[in-house]
Amino acid sequence: MDYQPPPFFSRGPAPLVRLGFFVCLAVLLMVLDARFRYAEHLRQVIALLAYPLQRVSLAPGDLFGAAAGFFTTQVSLKQENEQLKAKQLQAANELLTVRALRSENAQLRRLLEARERLPRESTLAEILYQGRDPFSRKVIIDKGRQQGIQPGQAVIDDLGVIGQVTRVYPLLSEVTLITDKEQRTPVQVVRNGLRAIIYGGDRGALELSYMATNADVLADDVLVTSGIDGTYPPGLPVAKVSRIEQDAAYSFAKITCVPTAGTEQNRQVLVLSREMNLPAPPVEAESVAGKPPKPKRSRTRE
Amino acid sequence: MSFYEQPQRILLPAKVGYMAFTLVLALLFNLLPWRDVTGLPDMVALVLTFWCVHQPRKMGIGIAWFVGLVMDAGNGALLGQHAFAYAFLAFAAVSLHRRILWFSPWRQAAHVLVLLLASQMLMLAVRLVAGGVFPGLAYFAGAFIAAALWPTVSFLLLLPQRRPESVDENRPI
Repeated sequence: MDYQPPPFFSRGPAPLVRLGFFVCLAVLLMVLDARFRYAEHLRQVIALLAYPLQRVSLAPGDLFGAAAGFFTTQVSLKQENEQLKAKQLQAANELLTVRALRSENAQLRRLLEARERLPRESTLAEILYQGRDPFSRKVIIDKGRQQGIQPGQAVIDDLGVIGQVTRVYPLLSEVTLITDKEQRTPVQVVRNGLRAIIYGGDRGALELSYMATNADVLADDVLVTSGIDGTYPPGLPVAKVSRIEQDAAYSFAKITCVPTAGTEQNRQVLVLSREMNLPAPPVEAESVAGKPPKPKRSRTRE
Repeated sequence: MSFYEQPQRILLPAKVGYMAFTLVLALLFNLLPWRDVTGLPDMVALVLTFWCVHQPRKMGIGIAWFVGLVMDAGNGALLGQHAFAYAFLAFAAVSLHRRILWFSPWRQAAHVLVLLLASQMLMLAVRLVAGGVFPGLAYFAGAFIAAALWPTVSFLLLLPQRRPESVDENRPI
């Protein structure tokens, strides 16, 4: 029998054993999080722990902002006021037209016995910070489940769509920008109504994927949301086509677009509630495909 | 300058509360609302390395792993990505702690640079496997800046453990 004397200093398991244990745990968590999204509850609990830290870390920035705001000169305020007045005059003119158009539109829809579009509720939120994750494009906003935010809601600014709420914490939520590589947005070309799906590309650009080389897309075409998925209201500006590379060697054209909205600049955003009066998805498609279709975000492995 | 040439001071024992406080401070730094600043030093990784090198019996792989989870949840990153990298970092730092302490601060920084770069490589590999985009070479600049901060940070973190220099004729050391 091999007898070993008890160790003088008990130090627990060897470092290599500990490393193996924790690495296995981390890999398990990553797989659960990335592939199956099972780790959401754990994330919520840890995020709640990190929340006070996040709030405290935001304080210096807020303080600086408040101080800078206090010392804003009267001249710049006056200038801004004049600019805003001019803008409002312009907007009022357009508003009058919009009102007339809206009533006309409602009447036409009634004539067509179409389903009337309900006005969506919206929540004003402020971007707290950009996630310190260089691999994805996400921002954290200051409204969460307590304020009625739900995952899947669209987020817009004054110029167009900036993204979609992907995770909701009790007091914060995480918005994946349309420029994220994993984010897809259903769009439509304004000029000819061509439907497509736009993907996040490199360096804050967007890419219109899986369009045939002969598809009718031109440079400077404006892309708006198609509204087919029920997540985004139709007609919100998303992007503008900046460059088209057509190569006969590939079956698809490479179409690069620039987002319309200030995805990286703005602080105030609007979170739109989801439309609830959607018709149920067709039953046949479900039984044939085996699982319900996911139009808004499908995870693909490249 | 080698270990024998420089005067060594006898330090007071490190307090666990102080170690936790410095980690929280580093977390605060990392969670500051940095907009699009590239090449930010990862202070949490630096402080973890420091305590793993100086107090390997009080700081270890488990704590590093948990701090990594907090980083992941706070940043909305893939859950477990920082935990994975920090666990490796802590393991490497604990196993190298006897060697690293023999060197002068700047040579220690060279060791730390290798450790930090390796942990960033791990994180990059994990994210590329999980389907992320390559963030550019500027991503690695953070490790160089953090390593350059090592002498300052280790001086500051050791301050509470130093005792005032008092000349006592009767004291043996």
